[in-house]
Amino acid sequence: MEEHIVIIGNGISGVTTARHIRKLSDKKITIISAETDHFFSRTALMYIYMGHMKYEHTKPYENYFWKKNRIELKRAFVKTVDHANKQLQFADNTMMSYDKLVLAVGSKPNKFGWPGQDLEGVQGMYSKQDLDMLEKNAPNNKACNRAVIVGGGLIGIELAEMLHSRNIPVTFLVREESFWGGVLPSGESGMINRHILNSHIDLRLGVNLKEILSDENGRARAVVIAETGEEIPCNVVGLTAGVSPNIDFLRDSGIELGRGIKVNPMLETNIPDIYAVGDCAEQHEGINGRRPIEAVWYTGRMMGETVAQTLCDNPTEYKPGHWFNSAKFIDIEYQTYGWVFSKPREGEIHFHWKHPDDTKCITINTEEATGKFIGINTFGIRMRHQIFDRWLTEERTTDYILEHLKDANFDPEFYALFEKDIVAHYNKTYSKNIQVKSKSWARIFSKA
Amino acid sequence: MKALTYIGLAIFLIGLSIFTGSIFLGNFELKQSDLTTFLENKGIENELLQKELQSAVITGEKMDIFTFSSNVRGALEKNNAHYDALIAKYDAEKDWTKKGEQYQYRINDKDFRAMSFSLAKKSGTGFVVENRGLMWFLTFGLGIIGALLFILPQLKLLGPPGIKNNGVYHNPATNRGWIAWLVLVYLVVFYIMLYFMADYVVNWTFILDPISKALSGGEASQWFVYGFLYCVIMIVMAVRMYIKYRHNKYQVVRTTSVLFFQIVIAFLIPEIMTSLNMPAYDFKNAFPLDYDFFFDWNLDSLINSGGIGLFILVWGIVLTLVIVPVMVYFFGKRWYCSWVCGCGGLAETLGDPYRQNSSKKMFSWKLERWLIHSVLVFSLVMTLVTLYCYFTGASSFIGIPSNWIKDTYSVLIGAWFAGVIGTGFYPIFGNRVWCRFGCPLAAYLGFVQRFKSRFRITTNGGQCISCGNCSTYCEMGIDVRAYAQKGENIIRSSCVGCGVCSAVCPRGVLKLENGPLDGRINPTDVLLGNDVDLMDYVNNKNAS
Ligand SMILES: Cc1cc2nc3c(=O)[nH]c(=O)nc-3n(C[C@H](O)[C@H](O)[C@H](O)COP(=O)(O)OP(=O)(O)OC[C@H]3O[C@@H](n4cnc5c(N)ncnc54)[C@H](O)[C@@H]3O)c2cc1C
Ligand code: SF4
Ligand code: SF4
Repeated sequence: MEEHIVIIGNGISGVTTARHIRKLSDKKITIISAETDHFFSRTALMYIYMGHMKYEHTKPYENYFWKKNRIELKRAFVKTVDHANKQLQFADNTMMSYDKLVLAVGSKPNKFGWPGQDLEGVQGMYSKQDLDMLEKNAPNNKACNRAVIVGGGLIGIELAEMLHSRNIPVTFLVREESFWGGVLPSGESGMINRHILNSHIDLRLGVNLKEILSDENGRARAVVIAETGEEIPCNVVGLTAGVSPNIDFLRDSGIELGRGIKVNPMLETNIPDIYAVGDCAEQHEGINGRRPIEAVWYTGRMMGETVAQTLCDNPTEYKPGHWFNSAKFIDIEYQTYGWVFSKPREGEIHFHWKHPDDTKCITINTEEATGKFIGINTFGIRMRHQIFDRWLTEERTTDYILEHLKDANFDPEFYALFEKDIVAHYNKTYSKNIQVKSKSWARIFSKA
Repeated sequence: MKALTYIGLAIFLIGLSIFTGSIFLGNFELKQSDLTTFLENKGIENELLQKELQSAVITGEKMDIFTFSSNVRGALEKNNAHYDALIAKYDAEKDWTKKGEQYQYRINDKDFRAMSFSLAKKSGTGFVVENRGLMWFLTFGLGIIGALLFILPQLKLLGPPGIKNNGVYHNPATNRGWIAWLVLVYLVVFYIMLYFMADYVVNWTFILDPISKALSGGEASQWFVYGFLYCVIMIVMAVRMYIKYRHNKYQVVRTTSVLFFQIVIAFLIPEIMTSLNMPAYDFKNAFPLDYDFFFDWNLDSLINSGGIGLFILVWGIVLTLVIVPVMVYFFGKRWYCSWVCGCGGLAETLGDPYRQNSSKKMFSWKLERWLIHSVLVFSLVMTLVTLYCYFTGASSFIGIPSNWIKDTYSVLIGAWFAGVIGTGFYPIFGNRVWCRFGCPLAAYLGFVQRFKSRFRITTNGGQCISCGNCSTYCEMGIDVRAYAQKGENIIRSSCVGCGVCSAVCPRGVLKLENGPLDGRINPTDVLLGNDVDLMDYVNNKNAS
């Protein structure tokens, strides 16, 4: 009898784990989820509401895929994990036993105990259920005259864009003095502020939510701003002040928990044969300066790939490579490679270039003493992941990167290119004389 | 702004209704003299036929086109019935000579509609014929004005430049809803009329006679109507493309290119060639999409047209055998399918709102490969048979009658597949039904693209978030995401390089590009961000 591996969570981390176990072995695999029958792309939830896609389109695999790959799917909520007997108990009190258990249970939206946070019309934007609820709460601008979004992160701006796509007026409350100001350098974050305002979203910076007021039916009717006491009437309140691991059901399981499920670099929990991956996993210590919890798609995928190796007798440490990420702020795409912090750390300097049209800019982070390239943020210009990854590995200098910037451009053909402007600005700022080299396929394809 | 679009829509629908309704207008009265010249020009010496036609359509009564057409066809049938009876009679009498003589008096069933069309063209009277300019304005004019009023406000309504597919799946016109089905029915009926009942739409040709005469000196045929309409629709819908993709230079340049090739190369130049008594030729239309290039009548006409004919003959062969594959090697199939081709041009303009309806199922991919390669084989066998018969004078080859296979291909593939289904099904099955499932040229280009080309869609390392926009908006039904999320480049024979997957990707994952063959399929080790050596600088940081 093959070992039975049970995975709780059918998100990117759980599904990647299952796919890779199947590639490597014949083990029996079961994926459990309370959310949906099939894996879908959480990152695409917004596009369903906006009408770019239907739910069906967000499923990366056709329905036959699971059977063909002998991955069993079970739709149920796991109530408790009994590791002594290696059993799971479901909400309907039925049981399932496992030989190895992978927790890939993801996140849930943060709530900070605001008065009124559980009223009707107040919701997060994380799950398929949240999306269905939004469809009910805010089908159009007749049913919803205004929505207020609390929390200026990536999900917040997506929610703003979503509601705006149905012509619902949106007020966007951001605690920081500038959008995503804790992550983005001020030049970039300022540009995004203006872009949000230009997109007719009522962005309020440096404000906190005090409470949500109820109407006589227990529905949200307005929010109150802490700083000014201003009351903003609305029918829908979106809470998007970050997410945290979805681990309440594990409280008494004996599995060591912090903010998330504590794991070592092998992604093992304190209990033998139980592993955790994705949003819910918390490293005892962040790997290579990363945060202990990394709630992004890519890391979920990487952890899934890694733990599958371990489960198939090839014990492998989780070793994420150079940091990268991407997002889209309404119409402005953002990519990042390496590290750029909102303020340069000790010994680092930021070079910033912005296009006059105020929709494109880059920031490069450099180690001042050595000139070594540490990371880049790019807005409105696509860059080649593979090249930056290599440059980071090769520890190139920022001078080198600017000289070869054309190799890195990834915009569609015929797009206007800005390497010359960028480098001219760099030369002026630092009194250098760097010449941009023309694009070279040989360099692009050479290996690190 | 919004109001303007509604006004535009109303004007467009009025124009469309008048255009559609115009086929019911007018009276058709054939003059004796016209009939006589017609039969003489055709070289038909058949008194019975002349009599039948006379009594059918020169009655002094006013007829609409449907009665007129049915009377003409009735007369032709009676004529054929008469000779069929004689044939049967002589057959029974075993009088072979007499039996053989009768065949020349029969009219080929295929030619009924064409004869009816030609006679109707001579005999139309009434409002349309007398008010061609006004009718042009009420049909084409209102259609264009209405459509532009509908489209232009998008410049403001869509908001800042960027991908705006908002509401595509909430709109019954684009989510396979009732409007889409209505449009499908309209298009299908339109194509059936155009291909198989051209006499019914003879009024449309009256409307365009002045333009046709100005261009080529001849009267408008149904094909002229189609060509003109094609150009008009492409121009208007290109305006929509320019607005929708104004942030994307690739789309803007590409749209301009297909417009140029359609209007100048496919439409104007052939008309001008006709006016100069040359054989009309669309210089970009490559065999085997141009399936009748090697038909005997075309070869004869080219050979008999002196220098230019010969040039076309050589050009046509070089185009297919050299230019097409060499260009695909350098730029991918896209140089033809989404930069030059007329079918592609319509798909990328009129069809763009429907691109998301192409099926991404594995089943469709299998069906696609079966169908498109079958059509390619079909077209090649047909051409082989035709050429063999042309040069040897035989009437069939390897048991296949040349006329039969040509007719079958023309009707099944040329008319039904490429036209009725290929375009008619846009609203429900996506805008590349023909290009994806049927076009033999696409199959040929696809082989080259798949196996020897510098073109690829590069996947940007590990940046894909599996959102599915690329797959949803791929008009060729390619599951782009399936490759992108694995970090693999997309190298598929069917990709027409429209660039929309790259445009709609919210994470900048896809880039269409031409580069060295090495590294095309596996650019480097697939890079998803995992298992790269640690970043030393962070270690240094931690140490300090
Ligand atoms: C709107 C939105 C947009 C995003 N956009 C991006 C982006 O652009 N880029 C990016 O990198 N990241 C993005 N993210 C973050 C990214 O989606 C997450 O990091 C990722 O989905 C986490 O995957 P996971 O597999 O760890 O968990 P999840 O996808 O959350 O999957 C966990 C699953 O486990 C189920 N589950 C939990 N507990 C139980 C239980 N007890 N019993 C049964 N089932 C259970 C849950 O219902 C859920 O289905 C976005 C997130 C959201 C919400
Ligand atoms: S893969 Fe991309 S470029 Fe190719 S046909 Fe599909 S959408 Fe167009
Ligand atoms: S659109 Fe981009 S991010 Fe989305 S699935 Fe396709 S390649 Fe991936």
